[in-house]
Amino acid sequence: MDESLKDLADHIAHAEPHAVQKWHVVNGELTIFAVREHIQALIKFLRDDSQCRFETLIDICGADYPERRERFEIVYHLLSMRMNQRIRVKVSTDAETPVPSTVGVFPVSEWFEREALDMYGVLFSGNTDLRRLLTDYGFEGHPLRKDFPLTGYVEVRYDELEKRVVYEPVKLVQEYRNFDFLSPWEGAQALIPGDEKASKEA
Amino acid sequence: MADGQTHDPDDRTFTFNFGPQHPAAHGVLRMIVEMDGEIVERIDPHIGLLHRGTEKLIEYKTYLQALPYFDRLDYVAPMNQEHAYCLAVEKLLGLEVPRRASLIRVLYSEIGRIMNHILNITTQAMDVGALTPITWGFEEREKLCVFYERACGSRMHSAYFRPGGIHQDLPPELLDDILTWCDGFLPVMDDIEGLLTDNRIFKQRNADIGVVSVQDALDWGFSGVMVRGSGMAWDLRRAQPYECYNELDFKIPVGKNGDCYDRYLCRMEEMKESVKIIRQCIELMEPGPVLAEGTKASPPRRGEMKRSMEALIHHFKLYTEGFKVPEGEIYAAVEAPKGEFGVYLVADGTNRPYRLKIRAPGFPHLHAMDYMCKGHQLADVSAILGSLDIVFGEIDR
Repeated sequence: MDESLKDLADHIAHAEPHAVQKWHVVNGELTIFAVREHIQALIKFLRDDSQCRFETLIDICGADYPERRERFEIVYHLLSMRMNQRIRVKVSTDAETPVPSTVGVFPVSEWFEREALDMYGVLFSGNTDLRRLLTDYGFEGHPLRKDFPLTGYVEVRYDELEKRVVYEPVKLVQEYRNFDFLSPWEGAQALIPGDEKASKEA
Repeated sequence: MADGQTHDPDDRTFTFNFGPQHPAAHGVLRMIVEMDGEIVERIDPHIGLLHRGTEKLIEYKTYLQALPYFDRLDYVAPMNQEHAYCLAVEKLLGLEVPRRASLIRVLYSEIGRIMNHILNITTQAMDVGALTPITWGFEEREKLCVFYERACGSRMHSAYFRPGGIHQDLPPELLDDILTWCDGFLPVMDDIEGLLTDNRIFKQRNADIGVVSVQDALDWGFSGVMVRGSGMAWDLRRAQPYECYNELDFKIPVGKNGDCYDRYLCRMEEMKESVKIIRQCIELMEPGPVLAEGTKASPPRRGEMKRSMEALIHHFKLYTEGFKVPEGEIYAAVEAPKGEFGVYLVADGTNRPYRLKIRAPGFPHLHAMDYMCKGHQLADVSAILGSLDIVFGEIDR
């Protein structure tokens, strides 16, 4: 399984040298790190090439890594029902730089991209209907970003006097308690000053 | 007209809301429908009315605490969702599932499939005007809920599967009762088929409605019955077998025309195949452990905890800190009743998922509503929506 995936990755990297940065096969899954500007061409190639035939776009999702320079990762999962294979393609971006949309290749991308915009604030160029999808009308912020609090900023209730639903800043009786259950003693290494000299000599 | 605009008598276009509270919307769905007379021109579904932020919540929970959220996605067949999550965690941890647990999982996944299809077929029939099937179908569905309850204590939100197996073994007589139910279920299916399959009104409302070609099914990211109804024999249970599906003998029903009627037929046949799988699982069942024992992910036995200090510590640690999952990412998918239900899990080596994306099969299906309904009449919208098999728990997450 792994060997055939490696052959496939070589084939893709050879055919689309501009688009593929690097790739690896881990846990029996092929992941391709792609160049953002060429993602549309790469996805189109993966769909049309006779060895790939990844004709179903399973999913597009975002992921947030705030410590990175380009903090967002957009992850494409594709499936080939004919070849019975899966592939994962990743690009990275930040909050300002748009990712070329793949709506022209797979129409199903539209909602996935809208969701990524909604949840992470990632922009897609070429998607003509880039509205919010899952959050409330008039919602502010991008909830799945790591710096968005779990409890959110606003809460709603029905106001009997105004006869409508009103938004208010969220009031918590008790702060959300985020327990750190990780054992502190497992991570710490018993370093004795001076030990590093011994290891250097060895 | 106060603003000086006059109404053109020939202009037959108008726009209206379908939902958010509509019995044929199968939950909370608001669709803005633009019509030209009786013909649909454009549909813009507004979803998210049931959005609960499952993915965000899971990032703040341990791996064990995250599991019950999956019952609340597609609440019509809860255990199938748990299955995908457990497979993802197991792949990263490298856990082996014991034989008996594997069979019980498959058994309950198929029970879930029947629960789902009964609900979908009968409610879709109700959307097009048949009121009797739902009463007959739900009687059987109720019995399946009781099997859920007897296994895990809950009719709906089961929280039964665990990474490494299942939570507890089945009570002794349950397997015999399920077998007895199987015998009684097939005649009920025949009755429902008698009501629907050759019913003139049902056929008129469903045949040639919402036709999906194979190419469309691929472009729009369809899976499950939505591709099988169009004639593609694609089933993850066969193509990428997980658990013990490769040992089981079952057929994959495939449609021809890709319309609502073929999808109904596929679901009907799938239920019969599920009954076959259930029978095989019960036949293959042998006594044994139901949870991978001796791993960090499974609790120690109660008896051990009375004697061994380490077991007691392990129990305490497991239910406070939870277990750690090695760094890495994985995509695990199961053939849920509605299609491919996938979990993309990014683990960072701690006791919580770093990112967990739920790939719900209904999401792309609903997206294609606009495309599928274009040119149909308004009455067909509810027939198509029903045949998509939509549950908002999984679409809105």
